[in-house]
Amino acid sequence: MAVEIVDACVNCFACIDVCPSSAIDEGKSHMLVNAKKCTECEGDFADPQCASICPIETAILDSSGLAINPPGSLTGIPPEKMNAAIMEIKAR
Amino acid sequence: MELSVIEEAAEGGCSSSGCGSTDDQMTHLPDNIREKVQNHPCYSEEAHHYFARMHVAVAPACNIQCHYCNRKYDCANESRPGVVSELLSPEQAVKKVKAVAANIPQMTVLGIAGPGDPLANPERTFDTFRMLSEQTPDIKLCVSTNGLALPDAVEELSKHNIDHVTITINTLDPEIGAKIYPWIYWNGRRIRGVKGAKILIEQQQKGLEMLTAKGILVKVNSVMIPGVNEDHLKEVSRVVKAKGAFLHNVMPLIAEAEHGTFYGVMGQRSPEDSELQALQDECSGDMNMMRHCRQCRADAVGLLGEDRGEEFTLDKIEEMEIDYEAAMEKRAVIHEGIIESLNEKHAQKAAAAETTLVTPDKTYRPVLMAVATSGGGLINQHFGHATEFLVYEASANGVRFIGHRKVDQYCIGNDTCGEKESALAGSIRSLKGCEAVLCSKIGFEPWGLLEEAGIQPNGEYAMEPIEEAVLGVYNEMIEAGLLDEKSDDSQMISA
Ligand code: SF4
Ligand code: SF4
Repeated sequence: MAVEIVDACVNCFACIDVCPSSAIDEGKSHMLVNAKKCTECEGDFADPQCASICPIETAILDSSGLAINPPGSLTGIPPEKMNAAIMEIKAR
Repeated sequence: MELSVIEEAAEGGCSSSGCGSTDDQMTHLPDNIREKVQNHPCYSEEAHHYFARMHVAVAPACNIQCHYCNRKYDCANESRPGVVSELLSPEQAVKKVKAVAANIPQMTVLGIAGPGDPLANPERTFDTFRMLSEQTPDIKLCVSTNGLALPDAVEELSKHNIDHVTITINTLDPEIGAKIYPWIYWNGRRIRGVKGAKILIEQQQKGLEMLTAKGILVKVNSVMIPGVNEDHLKEVSRVVKAKGAFLHNVMPLIAEAEHGTFYGVMGQRSPEDSELQALQDECSGDMNMMRHCRQCRADAVGLLGEDRGEEFTLDKIEEMEIDYEAAMEKRAVIHEGIIESLNEKHAQKAAAAETTLVTPDKTYRPVLMAVATSGGGLINQHFGHATEFLVYEASANGVRFIGHRKVDQYCIGNDTCGEKESALAGSIRSLKGCEAVLCSKIGFEPWGLLEEAGIQPNGEYAMEPIEEAVLGVYNEMIEAGLLDEKSDDSQMISA
């Protein structure tokens, strides 16, 4: 029972500040969750705090490995639109 | 994020660039406030030619999302608010402030603006302020915020004697807010849409009231988003003024697909310069407005419009030995000198004002002119070196500062960095609406292209004070008969 932070993380520190279990530390290139300490916030909050403040889609995975904030869920940009914009910029 | 829009500022009436100008910003301010802001580059249009500011990036976390922000980007060529290259610890920030203050004695103001929201990082932000108020007492402190955590921070802010707070307020209406802020983080939950926007707006207004009740200066920033909040911003201006904000700064939305922001990708357009100016004019009827805001990066260093951050990277300041006591003495002397020469200038201008203005016996239309300057209130920059132009309006009422135009458009990512050949075209495009451009020197090629574009280049006033030069050119235009007739097919507020 633990969440995981992966390399989409931009090191904004927001999750560290709100984690009730002090389960998050600075890693080499991004934040890391200490799986032994993470409680998924159970007993403290209804939602995992790190994933409730994290601004970056797909940076935090739940215990089954799925992104808690999937593409488009935070920015409101439909993923197709985002991909189209990226393709267009690359083509310039 | 807090959109570190940091400080920008307003300018002054007679206290600013002189009585030859018609400034609508600081003339309305009570003397005590005017005194407070006279050497603040972000609050005084005049001061920003002489004094410098810096921001330290100690606040990475944010508690809301704005549609004009993308937390992922960090390109060194980016100069938007909310973007930084190097995050600092409070200790590193203090070191950097001392290094910059000792090397750029004109630096008077230190701001914390991000790259997230300073008040969403209370420990890092307040540790920095605490150390600075002890160790660098001659530097003014300021902070900008989205307002969500502001009411809880007012007490602490007042302890550190932070006299300038900037709140970004884009709307008073939760329905509009939902189109700008997709979510906020509040009491342990991510709250989306109208509900989240409503909480944010309430917190902003409460924070504004609490600050002004404590006598802390508050500036309000608004981002003009065409089709979303532009009509509503007049109301915002009225309300925040009634609640005691001393300045309102309307900034244009910056939105390019390359930035990866919601607005950029979804094709939301930015306002035209002329639309921005029209809105600023409408708002200035009932509010002190700031037009020289540069929308600095959250780690900007130097005079407004320039960024010397590269000279003060962590490894470089690590090697500097700073004797701050000595630096403070030197700084005091330099600051006094600047203020003195400003005062002298004002006196001279007041005396000269009546004689230099050819009082037109009939009223001619106002004319916009662009100026290339590297500071000091003078026309002292080569056209080709200008990364931005200041725009002034000359009319029968004198000369007033309108705003600045950036030349270099934002870097759009690694693939396109370094594209140079269109720079000249970019400069000319950025001067749309102007009828003349004043600079110290200009090359042959741009001269011709400018003329073709209907913009008269002028190098006659090199090293002269800006306002006098603009007035001089205006009078020449009148004498040459250029402003007779219905030359109204020119531009003015059409775009
Ligand atoms: S889920 Fe909760 S306990 Fe686990 S890392 Fe995130 S904030 Fe900490
Ligand atoms: S909040 Fe998200 S992006 Fe920020 S440090 Fe934590 S995991 Fe990384």
